[in-house]
Amino acid sequence: MTPVRVSVAGVIASVLLILVILELVRGRRLKERYALLWLATGAVLLVLSAWRDGLNTIAGWVGVTSYPPAVLFAVATLFILLVLLHYSTVLSKLTDENVELAQRIALLEERVREDRSISPRVPTD
Amino acid sequence: MSPRVVAVVPAWNESEAIGAVVDELAACDPDVDVVVVDDASTDETAAVARRHGAIVLRLPFNVGIGGAVQTGFKYALANGYDVAVRLDGDGQHDPRELPKLLGPIDRGSAELVIGSRFADGNGTYRPPFARRIGIRVFARLVSILGGQRVTDTTSGFIALDRVGIELFAEEYPHDYPEVEATLVALRSGLRLEQVQVTMRERETGTSSITFVRSLYYMVKVMLALLVVSLRRYPRLEGARR
Repeated sequence: MTPVRVSVAGVIASVLLILVILELVRGRRLKERYALLWLATGAVLLVLSAWRDGLNTIAGWVGVTSYPPAVLFAVATLFILLVLLHYSTVLSKLTDENVELAQRIALLEERVREDRSISPRVPTD
Repeated sequence: MSPRVVAVVPAWNESEAIGAVVDELAACDPDVDVVVVDDASTDETAAVARRHGAIVLRLPFNVGIGGAVQTGFKYALANGYDVAVRLDGDGQHDPRELPKLLGPIDRGSAELVIGSRFADGNGTYRPPFARRIGIRVFARLVSILGGQRVTDTTSGFIALDRVGIELFAEEYPHDYPEVEATLVALRSGLRLEQVQVTMRERETGTSSITFVRSLYYMVKVMLALLVVSLRRYPRLEGARR
């Protein structure tokens, strides 16, 4: 059986996580799109911490008999891995877009320079 | 002097429909400048729009409908337009309804006008069950949180005056923007009016909201409505509500 103290600590930690995420979104430091996975993490951990029978049942399914709260740890690790993987895909996309932007700016700069040298009224630098 | 009006038309792979949309806008009101924001289409959307006389802003990569629309509002702000109308590039919004949308702005009674499919209860639009529920839930939520009854928060057919352009050029959600933007406008003190419009069946392409994405859509918009309600919005200079 999960000790009550573990449950209480788990509930407090997950509620704090959810509040911090909401505050970050409210302060525009985190976009909704990237908050959702974190909120799901917080919600799942909250449910598993508070619902002690559920945690025991799930622990039984996966063969954890001695200490059910170990499942909490495993679930948290799984979610952290998910978030990290998600960030890796986001980072890859951002890298591509960044290169694309740099290339566009280089081409634009060249075009602006050409336009200036053609037009006699605008001084070139 | 009549106000300078710009039509902002976001388009992603709409080469089949965009020409007709630009032509219809010009036929309705030749004084309206048409800005097509091409969200990194892989087809001829930009070329077709230019050939039909539109100003075309091409994004270097796909930024999503909200980011594309906001590009148009930023263009409107930078070029001193008095009014901006937003309508979709797939032809579902009928440019002949433009005068209806511009009416409240011309009279000075609203800063944001939404073309609603359900404003007078006599509309003919009957969406599928799940979508109807979604539309109704969002409309109810925005009405409660924004303090004014709104009938259609998912409509992409809107008109803005200068104050509205300034607000949305600064702050506009990047994906699935309409519902959240409506609440932001209300909380910023914009006066909102709704006019009944009829939307046409999509001429080409499919709606960007597939069944798989609707869950993300619902959750994201709910979260956005929650945090918009938790934020404080300064009342805008010129907003009169």
